Amino acid sequence: MTAPLVSLRDLHVSFDGQPALRGIDLDLARGEALGLVGESGCGKSVTWLAALGLLPGKARITGSVTLDGQELLGAPTSTLERVRGGRVAMIFQDPASSLNPVHRVGTQITEALALHRGITGAAARAEAQRLLDLVGIPDAARRVDAYPHEFSGGQNQRVMIAMALAGDPEMLVADEPTTALDVTIQAQILELLRALRRERNMALVLISHDLGVVADSCERVAVMYAGRIVEEAPVQRLFDGPAHPYAQGLLGALPPLDGARRRLSAIPGGVPEPWAMPKGCAFAPRCPARMGACEAEMPGDIPVGPAHRAACLRVSPARQHAMQPA
Amino acid sequence: MLRFTATRLLRAAITIVMVVTFAFVVLRLSGDPAQIIMGADAPPEAVDAFRTAWGLDEPIWVQYISYFGAIFSGDLGRSMRDGREAIVLVLERIPATLALTVPALVIKLALGIPAGILAALYRNSALDRAVMMFAVAGFTIPSFVLGLLLVLVFAVQLGWLPSGGQESWRHAILPVITLGIGGAAALARFTRSAMLEVLGQPYIRTASAKGVAWRRVVANHALPNAAIPTVTIIGFMFGSLIAGAVVVESVFSWPGVGRLLVTAVSNRDLAVVQCILLLVAMTMITANLVVDLLYGVLDPRLRGGARKAEA
Repeated sequence: MTAPLVSLRDLHVSFDGQPALRGIDLDLARGEALGLVGESGCGKSVTWLAALGLLPGKARITGSVTLDGQELLGAPTSTLERVRGGRVAMIFQDPASSLNPVHRVGTQITEALALHRGITGAAARAEAQRLLDLVGIPDAARRVDAYPHEFSGGQNQRVMIAMALAGDPEMLVADEPTTALDVTIQAQILELLRALRRERNMALVLISHDLGVVADSCERVAVMYAGRIVEEAPVQRLFDGPAHPYAQGLLGALPPLDGARRRLSAIPGGVPEPWAMPKGCAFAPRCPARMGACEAEMPGDIPVGPAHRAACLRVSPARQHAMQPA
Repeated sequence: MLRFTATRLLRAAITIVMVVTFAFVVLRLSGDPAQIIMGADAPPEAVDAFRTAWGLDEPIWVQYISYFGAIFSGDLGRSMRDGREAIVLVLERIPATLALTVPALVIKLALGIPAGILAALYRNSALDRAVMMFAVAGFTIPSFVLGLLLVLVFAVQLGWLPSGGQESWRHAILPVITLGIGGAAALARFTRSAMLEVLGQPYIRTASAKGVAWRRVVANHALPNAAIPTVTIIGFMFGSLIAGAVVVESVFSWPGVGRLLVTAVSNRDLAVVQCILLLVAMTMITANLVVDLLYGVLDPRLRGGARKAEA
């Protein structure tokens, strides 16, 4: 395997002593699309905000984040500013409030062009127009002078994507990019992201609480629970045979598209609060397959199959065998 | 735009009429000007003659109508004390008041806004706590207490500055500081909370995620947004340039509009009081109008004729 574009190693984040991330290990290859799923508050967004140094000052961050072998944690601000929006761009959940209401969208795009590609003046304006056109904003030549409040939610997310593309990034982190949008618009935005990724060979991290969104757009998926990755696998493997009871629970909560209709199952209980994190597996209190050992010690990553790992003591070689697709 | 201006002007006119009416009624119900001006032991015939001369023997609604009739023909009445035109009396006091309120406004802006911005940027730091302590103190201490405190320290104890009067620029220092500190404190508090609100917005994170340096994020993305709520209070400060120094002028025996107002009220010098209130109402309303127009400049969401989203 070639060297990964981004590597997270043992990434820990805490706010005021409360853990938010409890040891994240994750690699992302060039051009790869990775889905990051889990319920809200599990640390999906914090992972990438921490990696880019975008968390508030009170956050305590330890571990390692490397981009092409270059360490980003503790890197000088000037280095981080070149990476942000340049090599790694990010788009967010609520496009309307993620754009500055007092600046024209064109200005917000040209700001990134000037920072990362040194394009200014009329050339920048022309490029901003081209980018707006690329992301499917009709009448880009005129709309480049419009303000965010003059666009709909879906259009604003397109503007955000245009702005993210301005720095010609190698990687795009899309943090719940469609959560605030209508279902039909959601599909269009995901299709746009897929197309852009293909054309530009851009790596994509798609953060979502929606497994369906991830299934269509990503090659690999990591499931997070209470600040840790509990399972990581190629998308198809995860859908065919989730190993971790939490991932099984998430899939059980999805309605099947074909076959007999069945009652959707819910995962009982709630996520433990950061100040009351169990000593062992954080999912143990809700886990239907809990054993005594689960509460004693946090399980490490156990390989389930090729490129498939899960942090669960139940994953044994025997089970591993059973999980192999026939 | 024309419609906007027209409705605003109409509303301004209604406000002015209400202010003047209120002053008219209250002043006439709160004591007999003839008795007060002529003195308690004046002969009744003299008091009656005074009433007739100033039309105070007419029913109140007749007085009210003739008062408004006069205003519209540009006559704001005469002082019952010395017979001079009220407007002249008021206008000649304005420079003295502005000599206090304009420098005080400069202090408010120059001190309050940067202090508020820095406190927000270094939230929970020692600097923030110091600014907030100063702001709460400046905000809660009434101006007459602060004025007397400054007099006690700088005039009485240290003897550096005069305690009152208007003989030289040195006489203006203490009243200007008294006015400036209170306003700066209020503005610092307001600017800080406006800044904190804006710094928590997602678009600030977007700007950082785009690689914009923090200084530029603050200057280009945060300040223009924080300015929008802040102009309201700055506009209010402009509006109180004329009437904002009533207490301080009295404390420092400064012969400005404020002191004229206090004397005129206690004398029931009706025309002078009404003239001042009219002027104050007009400055306030003008300041508000300017603030409204500024909103349109600062916030594109409030501009008329905005193109709407097509999808």
